[in-house]
Amino acid sequence: MSKTDLTRRGLLKTGAVAGAGVALPTIFTAQSAAAFTNEPTGGSVTLGFNVPQTGPYADEGADELRAYELAVEHLNGGGDGGMMNTFSSKALQGNGILGKKVEYVTGDTQTKADAARASAKSMIEKDGAIMITGGSSSGVAVAVQALCQEAGVIFMAGLTHSNDTTGKDRKANGFRHFFNSYMSGAALAPVLAGAYGTDRKAYHLTADYNWGYTTEEAVKSSTEAMGWETVAAVKTPLTQTDFSSYIAPVLQSGADTLVLNHYGGNMVNSLTNAVQFGLRDKQVNGKDFQIIVPLYSRLMAKGAGANVAGIFGSTNWHWSLQDEGSKAFVKSFGTKYGFPPSQAAHTTYVQALLYADAVERAGSFNPCAVVEALEGFEFDGMGNGPTLYRADDHQCFKDVLVVKGKENPDSEFDLLEIVEVTPVEQVTYAPDHPQMGGAEATLGSCNPGA
Amino acid sequence: MLGLEKKDFRLLMIVVVLTMLAPFILNPFPAESALGETFNAGYPDLMQRFVIFGIFAIGFNILFGLTGYLSFGHAAFLGVGSYAAIWMMKLVTLNVIPAIIMGVIFAGIFALAVGYISLRRSGIYFSILTLAFAQMSYALAYSVLTPITGGETGLQIKATDSPLLSNLEPGEIGRANLFGMDMRTSFELGVGDWLFTFNSGYYIAAVFMLISFYIAIRIFRSPFGTMLRAVKSNQTRMYYTGLNARPYTLAAFVISGMYAGLAGGLLVAMDTQAGPERMFWTASGEVVLMTILGGVGTLIGPVLGAGAIKYMENILSKINKDILHEWFAILPDGIEDFLVTIIYPFVGKGWHLTLGLIFMAVVIFLPGGLVEGGQRIARLFGRKKTKGDGEEATQSTPAE
Repeated sequence: MSKTDLTRRGLLKTGAVAGAGVALPTIFTAQSAAAFTNEPTGGSVTLGFNVPQTGPYADEGADELRAYELAVEHLNGGGDGGMMNTFSSKALQGNGILGKKVEYVTGDTQTKADAARASAKSMIEKDGAIMITGGSSSGVAVAVQALCQEAGVIFMAGLTHSNDTTGKDRKANGFRHFFNSYMSGAALAPVLAGAYGTDRKAYHLTADYNWGYTTEEAVKSSTEAMGWETVAAVKTPLTQTDFSSYIAPVLQSGADTLVLNHYGGNMVNSLTNAVQFGLRDKQVNGKDFQIIVPLYSRLMAKGAGANVAGIFGSTNWHWSLQDEGSKAFVKSFGTKYGFPPSQAAHTTYVQALLYADAVERAGSFNPCAVVEALEGFEFDGMGNGPTLYRADDHQCFKDVLVVKGKENPDSEFDLLEIVEVTPVEQVTYAPDHPQMGGAEATLGSCNPGA
Repeated sequence: MLGLEKKDFRLLMIVVVLTMLAPFILNPFPAESALGETFNAGYPDLMQRFVIFGIFAIGFNILFGLTGYLSFGHAAFLGVGSYAAIWMMKLVTLNVIPAIIMGVIFAGIFALAVGYISLRRSGIYFSILTLAFAQMSYALAYSVLTPITGGETGLQIKATDSPLLSNLEPGEIGRANLFGMDMRTSFELGVGDWLFTFNSGYYIAAVFMLISFYIAIRIFRSPFGTMLRAVKSNQTRMYYTGLNARPYTLAAFVISGMYAGLAGGLLVAMDTQAGPERMFWTASGEVVLMTILGGVGTLIGPVLGAGAIKYMENILSKINKDILHEWFAILPDGIEDFLVTIIYPFVGKGWHLTLGLIFMAVVIFLPGGLVEGGQRIARLFGRKKTKGDGEEATQSTPAE
């Protein structure tokens, strides 16, 4: 093995072969250039559903997947058509997308950016997915959105509430239907002023990560604008499960309102602790002590049980809405799975339909054509009233629901009641709003890949 | 050859051949077939992960396999390497080489600091100390250091970044490259129904893996490696003979931290993004699993273990109910549903369960990991046939 016969001729030969080998890739890529990444050529088109199937948001991920399966069924002409019948755009025929049958692949984001990107990449590189959608955390959404921008496919965000997704981290190939922290704050503030007055002292407990920061900032600025005072804002570690030590100082601070900028298990625990401490029975500054949870979900309400009764929060959508779109969706989801859909299921279902509709209207799967079709698109009949996909930041603008925990729930799904529907004008902001990354935030240009 | 013994050289050559031909080996099924759509693993991202986590595991094995010190916080070095690399790309140049070098250097410095403190204890206390450091780094990256690490959402190259040594047009998002060659350049070779993808990023990572593997062999065979093995067998006796083991263990710790940094830098080079999850304790645990699954203290074992785990994570987790129904579609409905019900818990989101079962089986029946499995098979055939058949030779080199 250690003997080599190195001759001048041999070396030249090897060099030439190696050189040709190095040159090959560039030649071939130039030739095989398609119009855009993963252009569907056969009779079917593949969508990638990238949702958390394990980890803390697995429940939401499972609900998202159900909604996607339902959407695919409807797109391919199965079932009762759901919201396709109420959708204001009538481009979808129930014969797939542009006549191609919709197929899908699924992946597990594990609610980790790395795993989510690996899974999305395998969908793009191996399965030939033309669009990636799903997810239940802003960290994941931002990471996958950037990946889709690089790879040249469309990303339709799932449940992501942080301002950054369509704020400082916005991308031309990414779209978000879900609402955001700013909208929560703007929607809640007037309702809170009406219910609790304008001279309250608020104490914030904030989950110590990105979403927590943007939510705290949003709620703080909207409540301060109407006269509230922020006494303190304390960060709590994300992994905290017992919040007693954080709640004890609240009463000494002279605050009469506690804002819990927590999501998922964090919120369930902190709210339970706060209620157990008897905060809500206390009187401070001559007023009843109140607790507010900026972002509510049904699954959280379920976890916190009776403790949510009477507590205000905001949500993107709720199955008890009585418009035609919501009713149609709840009906077909309920028929298929036996229980009403969550807001995560709603937003992902709508995103899948919006994408398919945009492709139909554009007449092409080319991401740039889809971006053009979605930008500035106004639609109705999807459960949130008239909605606009704003061109400046690819964020949907629609009414926001302010909800309250029900005092006497009838079932485990009937935990929230709608207090008010805040009209879209009230939650609209300038695209270069400081909370959204300011003037520096830019979409860049759409990337068709390949 | 290359300062290696014949046996080691042969192993190195086998690894060279395997990595260079990986696009063929990992795509054994036609692209459009049901098996191919599910089990083919020869797409760029996964191939890159195979070699990058191979490097991570090789490095971990230098510490754990040779000295027996079980570090439970190695992901921290991977994370530090990633952050260093991405900042290098954001600020200085989009070329991957400086980024990777920075990743290695920073991980090395961090490993020196952590190792200096942690190596004062051994056994379980050492493991806990390293775990504590890693969790601390994770928590810092996740929240306190958000301005530097981007917090939960991590760091990416943005349109607003314009590295010093680049001439990007305004609004253009920079891409990682090697002297102008994009990491994502691939060329596809279609042979009949088969489709093979050759990706530039993969081959660059593979070259780094081969260099790392070569260095690992040299370390294993050097007097320094022998000294490390002495630490594993009886450290107290070493002290009694007047030898201070600490510099050796610290050196091993730093080297293995630098390997992790290299892996972190490469991860960023292939996919320009870094997030704190990379440092979470489960990531540290994963590399321990890889090493044990493959074979602790063997040269090739960690690479095999890394490959096995990444394969399961990326391939098994994507099998959903529909795919299972498709597989068994020929069978009568009752049997089809029955089979799907039986298999479904082990694939898709249940891939952790399968991994756990395989890991248990390996630890119980093959304490030497997959390498021992290979050796047993080799021995089985070796009695009947002459030695040296392709498959067997791959796993024929235990370190001890």
